[in-house]
Amino acid sequence: MDNENGFSQTFEITGRDFSKAGTISTKIKEILQDIGIPPSTIRRTAIASYEAEMNVVMYANRGTLKLSISPSELRIRLDDEGPGIANVELAMQEGYSTATDEIREMGFGAGMGLPNIKKNSDEFEISSTPGKGTSLDIVLHLNAAERA
Amino acid sequence: MSYYHSIRIDADKCDGRMRCMRVCPTQAIRVRGGVARLLEDRCVDCGECITACPTGAVVALTDPFGELSRFTRTVAIPSPALYAQFGRQILPREILAGLKKLGFDDCVDLASTCGEVSFAIQEHLREYTGPRPVISNVCPAVVRLIQVKYPSLIDHVSPLDTPREIAGREIKRTKAAEYGLSEEEIGAFYITPCPVKMISIRQPAEKGRSCLDGAISISEVYAPLLAAMEGMEKASYRQALESICILGIGWAIVGGICRTLRLKNSLAVSGLGEVLQVFDDIEKGKLRNIDFVEAYSCLQGCVGGSLTLENRYISYNKILKLIETLEYERIKACPDIREVRRRYARDYFFRKGVLEPRPVRPLDIDLATAIQKRRAKEEIYESLPKIDCGACGSPTCLTFAEDVVRGEAKLADCCVVGSQKKIRPEAQPEALGKVVELRPVGSRRRKKEAHGRDK
Repeated sequence: MDNENGFSQTFEITGRDFSKAGTISTKIKEILQDIGIPPSTIRRTAIASYEAEMNVVMYANRGTLKLSISPSELRIRLDDEGPGIANVELAMQEGYSTATDEIREMGFGAGMGLPNIKKNSDEFEISSTPGKGTSLDIVLHLNAAERA
Repeated sequence: MSYYHSIRIDADKCDGRMRCMRVCPTQAIRVRGGVARLLEDRCVDCGECITACPTGAVVALTDPFGELSRFTRTVAIPSPALYAQFGRQILPREILAGLKKLGFDDCVDLASTCGEVSFAIQEHLREYTGPRPVISNVCPAVVRLIQVKYPSLIDHVSPLDTPREIAGREIKRTKAAEYGLSEEEIGAFYITPCPVKMISIRQPAEKGRSCLDGAISISEVYAPLLAAMEGMEKASYRQALESICILGIGWAIVGGICRTLRLKNSLAVSGLGEVLQVFDDIEKGKLRNIDFVEAYSCLQGCVGGSLTLENRYISYNKILKLIETLEYERIKACPDIREVRRRYARDYFFRKGVLEPRPVRPLDIDLATAIQKRRAKEEIYESLPKIDCGACGSPTCLTFAEDVVRGEAKLADCCVVGSQKKIRPEAQPEALGKVVELRPVGSRRRKKEAHGRDK
């Protein structure tokens, strides 16, 4: 991906740092607008990256989000260090959540995060090692014809 | 596509003090050759620059009073914000009568149309199944902001027309019938608290034709209106109160629409900077549980418009007190809801044109080149001092980096990069007098020493 035609940027996410939560997806949106990605793709990316970012903030200790853009696709790679997910299949179900009451009270943890990421991406992969961390691979195709 | 803007910068009066550039919420102003310039594709006509300019070089283009003579009959449609410009004893009925004395043949009380639209929004939300929250379209600067910066939120914008357009359409129809004239012979003038309404008339965001013929600013009407109302025969206070629509009067202030909708989850926001934050959240999908968002580019809503005269907090309070008085006196004049429902069913309230995105032009038309330019922008930004001094004529170091990549500025225009010096904290003057330094416990001396060694 890191060829001459590509653009990539890596962002650090700190677990439990709710004050900065969401700043990365805002930054990503600005990058995509500069490049001229179609609004509908920006919207899907904004939702997917925000949910991914929030998952790290809510559950993990730290993580990195790497955004890579080539003329054909947009990729978000997320790696976190944290408790991981014991049952990935269950976590992908809508409404399933292990969020604490405190997190729910803040309006998060409704069990829609991962399903929402999948819904807003063209390719989605998740892998997790309990006790170590979780990785997400999110891809959105960029159709040249759709460009604004 | 060129965009019509109602904001003009008078190059002779501009002395390049950059206040406008710094306050512009969409970074649409650059200072080049000592004169402020507008980037047309970024400007949303909010009018912040008009208020900020110390030399009066930024002016709003509104219609002069003389325009009235173009029409056989004229109608004034004042924004409810006009009602908040005078003393508490001066109520809408008197203000409308005063406008007639100024030369308008008729006056429309927009508050009652606002009340109708409040009912229409209730009807619309009841059957609505699209993306939430629905965003109010009453502030044209907010609609333009969505077109420019949040094109993905266009589906959220309320499909109902604004009260001013509906009132303009209705009054032209009825007056044309009443006097046997064509609708073109009747001039409908909006009395506006802000310049952006002018553009929404000249160039509607949805590419249709406005039902209004012009906009005259509140600041221009104020003095003659005050004189016209002097010595006028007054109706009793109670009688004047009874003609006020309690649902519509609040449309002049932020929160005024939400309080008429009886929704569990709605929110009201004012000030373009604040609006940006709320829209960021909507875009991330954070506010899905909110049904309706009322947003204004001016602080406190339309009473805060740059063409009003009264302090925005005073006028906000006047409207609020008026609503409280009406509630206390149990005066609940409002439109007939059954009539509104009938009209709603025949699409009376829906706007005609389609709202399309108007995104800022990308760094390049070609995707691969745009990606490269974005990378260059990031690299240039990293080489800049990041103090957003604005001396180069771009509002921030980031916008300057973008201007360089677009070929609209040269890297040497940065006075820090150009002088090949770095911003060194130790070169800045020591704190004088009593300054409290904030630092973590236990880091007292060590940090400073370490800092010194680095350099």
